Amino acid sequence: MNYFILAYRNLKRKGLRSYLTLLGICIGILAVVALITLGSGLKLAVSSQFGVSSTELITVEASGGYMGPPGSEVINPLTQNDLEEIKKLSSVKMATGRVIESGKLEFNDIVIFGYASNIPDGEDRDFVYEQLEAKAVAGRLLDDGETGKVFLGYNFYVDKVGLEKKVVPGNKVILQGRTFEVVGILEKKGSFIYDNLVYMNEDDLQNLFNYGDTLNYIDVLPADKDDIEKTKEDIEKLLRRLRDVKVGGEDFTVSTPESSMAQVNSMLNAIQAFVIIIASISIFIGAIGIINTMGTSVLERKREIGIMKAIGAKNSQIFMQFFVESGFLGLIGGGIGVVFGIIIGYFGVLGINNFVGTDVQPKINFLLIFFSLLGSFIIGAAAGIFPAMKAAKQNPVEALRG
Amino acid sequence: MGKKEVDKKEIDYDKVIIHLHNVTKHYEMGDNIVKAVDGISIDIKRGDFVAVMGPSGSGKSTSMNLIGSLDMPTQGHIFLDGEDISSLNESELAQIRGRNIGFIFQQFNLIPTLTVKENVVLPMTLQGISEWEREEKAEKILKRLDLLDRMDHYPNQISGGQQQRVAIARALANNPEVILADEPTGNLDTKTGLKVMDFLTELNKEGRTIVFVTHSPELARQYAHTIYWLKDGKIERITKERKKGFNWKGD
Repeated sequence: MNYFILAYRNLKRKGLRSYLTLLGICIGILAVVALITLGSGLKLAVSSQFGVSSTELITVEASGGYMGPPGSEVINPLTQNDLEEIKKLSSVKMATGRVIESGKLEFNDIVIFGYASNIPDGEDRDFVYEQLEAKAVAGRLLDDGETGKVFLGYNFYVDKVGLEKKVVPGNKVILQGRTFEVVGILEKKGSFIYDNLVYMNEDDLQNLFNYGDTLNYIDVLPADKDDIEKTKEDIEKLLRRLRDVKVGGEDFTVSTPESSMAQVNSMLNAIQAFVIIIASISIFIGAIGIINTMGTSVLERKREIGIMKAIGAKNSQIFMQFFVESGFLGLIGGGIGVVFGIIIGYFGVLGINNFVGTDVQPKINFLLIFFSLLGSFIIGAAAGIFPAMKAAKQNPVEALRG
Repeated sequence: MGKKEVDKKEIDYDKVIIHLHNVTKHYEMGDNIVKAVDGISIDIKRGDFVAVMGPSGSGKSTSMNLIGSLDMPTQGHIFLDGEDISSLNESELAQIRGRNIGFIFQQFNLIPTLTVKENVVLPMTLQGISEWEREEKAEKILKRLDLLDRMDHYPNQISGGQQQRVAIARALANNPEVILADEPTGNLDTKTGLKVMDFLTELNKEGRTIVFVTHSPELARQYAHTIYWLKDGKIERITKERKKGFNWKGD
């Protein structure tokens, strides 16, 4: 028989009220464990939402200028002319304009809103295919000069776009009232954007949406992979001149893979910071709950403390009894948190896989479990220090009076 | 300091186990100071069977706490086995108490979350005795008190008489020289109470010193060899009882 058995016995007789105070520690540990278990899945989910794929591509897009009062900006789109000028830069190896239009897509008598993107002709086609690492998982990709034909993102092939039937090469889909033949399916990209797109040749897209010479993005391959920053600066300089804006008043954004990743990371950091703040507050409240529960316990068991002292318990022995018991209280809260945290993390990763179409293996991290449990024991024990000291200092005669 | 020296010379600690020298205990109750014990001197001799007698409020429970070194005197000195307890810190005192004194309370005061056996084991655990030894000793003591079949019960599952026997077993756990009993029969019916007193007599015959508090003069006269009669925190008189031929309730 030792402190652990005494603690166990005393915890067994505690009421529901005492265990409710553990909710704080429970939620705190749950949040931390779930966050860490989600880990790489979460990163992947955020990255794919930002459409980050290539490691060397520069993306240019139009954005609101900072000239007028908020809400008054009109986005000045990128044009074919901007693209042509960018192509002429010496630090640019290749550049191509990308257009993504949204419209009605009909198949299997169901209409959905879909997104269609252009595939340019000639060497730009090779460039786009190369950047996408495009390979057909069924059928084939498009060639120059083909009209009335499209290939689709992977999600069409596995019935994840809401058409209630998978689309296979040879099927016909109706886009904005015009019929197209599906020639192939792009292999899975693991990105929410690329896996849901309809890809068609530029002329078809132009005919369908009539977007003139405006472009949504310009993808740029720098001449020197190791000096992406120089290419970025050149493009910025050029566009400022072409679009007649000053430094600081740009109505366009040039993002490098690094800056995109930075954006992803800052998003992840924000999520992490939020979770950690919630966890800290919960654990703090939980610790106060334990202090309160143990304080009440000391009062309720005053007589018992008196008996223990009468039969020879040293102050340190009384202290240890309450200290260990308090630690166990924390451990119970943390244990429940760990279990639910892992469940949430595990199914969270599966959920992300399902949503984004990725294939991340959810992992159970035993080191994480160990340290979470150790941590919650320490938090509980620390919260018990003050009540345990109070218990140890009881005067035996007064304590025996109860 | 000088007084202490004198005491050590005057008192023969081969014969006296607990010595209270001119001890006073005051309690503050709001603005009033209550003199629970007002200058008493008591020698508890080794092997004696002592009763502390008196009406409620006479200070007998306070004297008991002082004798058992649970409480520190406001004035005066208490010597346990020749050592002035005011020179010890709380933890040292607890350890000495645990080894030398076994307590029996009116309310039994068993730990409700522990089984009968665990209650008996507890004082030995607090002295750091090995698990094997304390299990063996606990079972031996419980056997003597005829409680072996109640060993794994919890206190609320056994009768009052049995609970008091568990308390006695617990008091004996560390084989103490002195047993202090505060109204040990107060919560028991007469028959069960007498059984407890008989058992204390048995322990006394083994050579243990027994001190008990009671408000019943009959009980004191029947069992004790020395009776301290307390009144208003002072010793009114000390009487010695001759056991031979004494008859109580026609036994």
